[in-house]
Amino acid sequence: MTKKNAIKDGILSVVLAVLSLAWVYPVVMILLNSLKKETAISTGTAFQPPVGGTFAGLDNYTNAIQSQGFPQAFGYTLIITLTSVALILVCCSMCAWFITRVKTWYTKALYFLFVFSMVVPFQMLMFTLSATADRIGTAATVGNLAGKLGLEVSKATGAISLLPLNTPYGICVIYLGFGAGLAVFMFCGFMKSVPIEVEEVAMIDGCGPIRTFFLVVLPILKPTLISVGILETMWVWNDYLLPYLVLDRTKGYMTIPILIQYFRGSYGRVEMGPMMASIMLNVIPIIVVYLLCQKHIIKGVAAGAVKG
Amino acid sequence: MEKTIRRFWPVFVLPTFAAFLIGFVWPFLQGLYLSFCKFTTINKAQWNGLKNYIYTLTESEFLHSFWFTALFTVVSTICINVAAFAIALALTRAIKGTNIFRSVFFMPNLIGGIVLGYIWNILLNCVLTLLGQPLLQLSAPYGFLGLIILMCWQQIGYMMIIYIAGLQSIPNDYLEAARIDGATDRQILWRIKIPNVMPSITICLFLSLTNGFKLFDQNLALTGGDPNHLTEMLALNIYQTFYGRAGAVWKGYGQAKAVIFCVLVIAISVFQLRATRSKEVQQ
Repeated sequence: MTKKNAIKDGILSVVLAVLSLAWVYPVVMILLNSLKKETAISTGTAFQPPVGGTFAGLDNYTNAIQSQGFPQAFGYTLIITLTSVALILVCCSMCAWFITRVKTWYTKALYFLFVFSMVVPFQMLMFTLSATADRIGTAATVGNLAGKLGLEVSKATGAISLLPLNTPYGICVIYLGFGAGLAVFMFCGFMKSVPIEVEEVAMIDGCGPIRTFFLVVLPILKPTLISVGILETMWVWNDYLLPYLVLDRTKGYMTIPILIQYFRGSYGRVEMGPMMASIMLNVIPIIVVYLLCQKHIIKGVAAGAVKG
Repeated sequence: MEKTIRRFWPVFVLPTFAAFLIGFVWPFLQGLYLSFCKFTTINKAQWNGLKNYIYTLTESEFLHSFWFTALFTVVSTICINVAAFAIALALTRAIKGTNIFRSVFFMPNLIGGIVLGYIWNILLNCVLTLLGQPLLQLSAPYGFLGLIILMCWQQIGYMMIIYIAGLQSIPNDYLEAARIDGATDRQILWRIKIPNVMPSITICLFLSLTNGFKLFDQNLALTGGDPNHLTEMLALNIYQTFYGRAGAVWKGYGQAKAVIFCVLVIAISVFQLRATRSKEVQQ
């Protein structure tokens, strides 16, 4: 390498180092503020470190955990995210396999619908979705609809009303429906490049479609499963509006984004200390997971984009 | 084989399809229908013709939020993509610490919009206070600037990852051949690198345009639309129309706005994908 280039690279490194410090600073600032006493947190002093009289130790954290319902919110967020993403991965990969392997008009139409659903903004469905979940209307709607078609549905309706949509479990069904677009699209994109011969051999050897899928196709899909899983996890874990509108908050169902919004949006005094602590309690596990599997995350994002 | 698989459709397609009906198709169709109605709950909807749309298209707040959103989308798309591409170019050179820089720049993407909004709200308000300027919630220009900074901070890392993947997939032969032919760095950038990463540019422009246009969480947390709805973007405007006002007419207006919003997003996506796809080169 020439000398000129070496100098250039040196300057570049310095510039990037400064930039990345600027990138980390906002999070560090919240961390420092979360260690301050409630009275020491104000708009003008956010940059001052917690030293001497303003240092509060972990008081804000214990407050957030003990009295502000953080553990419940964390638990619900975890359950919702894990269930939804698991559902999306299993159901959508199966669906995508069916769509790519069975070539008729209705699989094509289905594929088009899924792709279309990726573009539609949530605001379009916002009101109807929340109202539907409120009335636990799905059971009623499906019941009415099927009743009109003259079908015997009492059993089906019963099964659905066991799963009201405004609970942490019901909301996973909505996530599956709304997240299906991206997942099916990505799985289909990858599935097209998977050699069909392997599956044919498995089928000839006596595997049924279900065994073929789970034993032969799914292992091949692993990289795409990771990409889709990461993208959908990032979405569900951080989603605010859907759980806010759909979950029944009178029963105490909360997610972390809703909790943090509550600190600000609720009436009366804003408790800045516990709020900052909650933000940190939300950010820390994310950063830990990120540091542990950043290779997969970055690869997953890049792969998702190339397929798109 | 196809026939055997086809018989198993209840196993393979039905779960996803049923959830898709509940979570997407049905609310979508119902929403479309309700945009022509006057209603407070879904069961009490009265046909109202085009009145919702006529009102919406003349409401000054909605039009303002449209222009605000459009301006925001254009400015943020340009800033994000130029910066992300520049950083990607820097990081694909063999310099020390590339991996660390990449990880750091990508990190904000994992944090949710609401949390990001509050983090920047606290930070920027502190800066403004120290400078003796009005707070974010009190000044529309600062609110706009704040949103742009926040969006750049969040999205540059994501787009950078996509650009890096694109740049790394350019065959080395192209670059070597160009160098042997005596091409300068600038020529290599414009004649070889940029045409060859056109697919990445397509997807990044698509993502940043639609992300900007659909922005909600960050807007809600950073400025909340203040002062006086001046920094309210379309998504937040729709939300406020639905849930921020009492009265029988507003839900219908909100739904009509949502349909218009949806059509706009689809139009942007289709138009933009067509426009850049035509500039892509075959490798």
